[in-house]
Amino acid sequence: MRSGAERRARAGRALVAGLPFAWLVAFFLAPFGLVAKISLSEKANARPPYRPAFAAGDGPGDVLDKLSALSLDNYRLLAEEPLYLDAVLTSLRLAATATVLALLIAYPVAYAMARAPGRLRPALLLLAMLPFWTSFLIRVYAWIGILKPEGLLNAALAWLGLIDTPLEILNTEWAVQIGLVYSYLPFMLLPLYAALERIDPTLLEAGQDLGAPPWKTFWLVTLPLSRPGVTAGCFLVFIPALGEFVIPDLLGGSETVMIGTVLWSEFFGNRDWPLASAVAVVLLVAVVAPMVLWRREEARRTEAPT
Amino acid sequence: MTPRLTAFNVVSLTLGFAFLYLPIVLLVVFSFNESKLVTVWGGFSTRWYAALLGNGPLLEAAWVSLRIGVLSATFATVLGTLAAVALVRFGRFAGRTLLTGMVYAPLVMPEVITGLSLLLLFVALDVDRGFWTVTLAHVSFSMCFVTVVVQSRLVTMDRSLEEAAMDLGATPLATFFQVTLPLIAPAVAAGWMLAFTLSLDDLVIASFTSGPGATTLPMRIYGQVRLGVSPEINAACTIMIGVVTLAILAFSIASKRGLAEPGRAEGA
Repeated sequence: MRSGAERRARAGRALVAGLPFAWLVAFFLAPFGLVAKISLSEKANARPPYRPAFAAGDGPGDVLDKLSALSLDNYRLLAEEPLYLDAVLTSLRLAATATVLALLIAYPVAYAMARAPGRLRPALLLLAMLPFWTSFLIRVYAWIGILKPEGLLNAALAWLGLIDTPLEILNTEWAVQIGLVYSYLPFMLLPLYAALERIDPTLLEAGQDLGAPPWKTFWLVTLPLSRPGVTAGCFLVFIPALGEFVIPDLLGGSETVMIGTVLWSEFFGNRDWPLASAVAVVLLVAVVAPMVLWRREEARRTEAPT
Repeated sequence: MTPRLTAFNVVSLTLGFAFLYLPIVLLVVFSFNESKLVTVWGGFSTRWYAALLGNGPLLEAAWVSLRIGVLSATFATVLGTLAAVALVRFGRFAGRTLLTGMVYAPLVMPEVITGLSLLLLFVALDVDRGFWTVTLAHVSFSMCFVTVVVQSRLVTMDRSLEEAAMDLGATPLATFFQVTLPLIAPAVAAGWMLAFTLSLDDLVIASFTSGPGATTLPMRIYGQVRLGVSPEINAACTIMIGVVTLAILAFSIASKRGLAEPGRAEGA
């Protein structure tokens, strides 16, 4: 027989897990179904601006009618119009390049942070965290003033006598690439530091005692042991960068079109909600695979004994 | 072998942090520029800060963002902490895998997807968009960050104290409020602050889920930024950076006192 206290405890646990669970199902998971549904409907000049695919009060006959009216037109348009394919390819290229560059920049910094004397480390960690807490929009905005033709970078280069005419960087792919690397660098830096700091220094000593030159110790000990940080950082940069909107919009101008900017302009500019939804589905499909891989890595890391 | 920095390490640190901080420092410096031109230094001036005080729409947007930030961070902290407790303390339960997935996916989910899907939900439910829909949207994505922060603290926490309280007859609820919560308080506070800054910073999700009369600060700044760089926006950004920096410094000093003495914090 179960005691009252035990029953209450069970009910309490159900509530503790159930509340956030129900919230996330309602406001995170379920809305994806709506996106998928509306991506199959047609644009209409109405409020809301689409012809609903299904409604709650539909009888079986209505559902059959509407099933036959469901259209893949939005997806067909995405596949046929080169603009959209270009946006996907540009996003993949820029996000991948940003990931590699962020890794190359962040690794030596994280390595130096991990090798710093213990009393310096909290301050360095704080320095690495601060940009993470500072507004994304502000940090992107700061680059406009630096990169524009009459901006600070061109002024500095001209002052040094390196250039005669200002470089056109703002509103090109270069600016977007710089913005992506800059904005997502903390996401690479922090997991790398966490992984490098955990490495047992006696392993490095052992390598040295056995006569390995520093580069060999690094290659055979440090690098493999920092792999969890490398993969975590790469996913944390690549996935959100793929769907980035603010950076290409503010720094890229009309030339550099990424998936996020296409979705935004279809939605806000053309008020084509069904097409914007179809773009969202395409983006979702693109990020799901890296997301699953990332979670699998994380699960392996947190469940493995350290 | 004591850790020491080679010349290469020092150069990496200097260049790395210069890259991270130079744009922010330049933005702050030029907010004090007398001249309206971004590249020409016209002398020190606080005129753009004075101009901010006369910018009614911007101040109104700041007030909207502040209220949304406080409300959404508070709800997100409650929900996020509950999720963290469930994931760390309840062992295996039905729906655990799904809950884990739903907690981690929003951390990396592109904001345009989250924003669009929530907007379509609000339209389908025929809800008037505005202050409350933005607040609700912010709770949904920032609670996941709270969960991750609180979870990492719960995992490292000594469970014997909770077990002792239960053995002495405390109910699970009393144990949570009298033993667990005081011990994870720094992480809960950090989670709240993270949720608050995420809400204050969000442009994309707010743009999708907002309606008339609820323009947030990032939405207002974005509208002005599209028209070009202005020292007034620099001044507004500098104030935001200053507030966040002060809060983080104060928090890290305060929590260092608690964290530096684990014996006292955990074994009291």
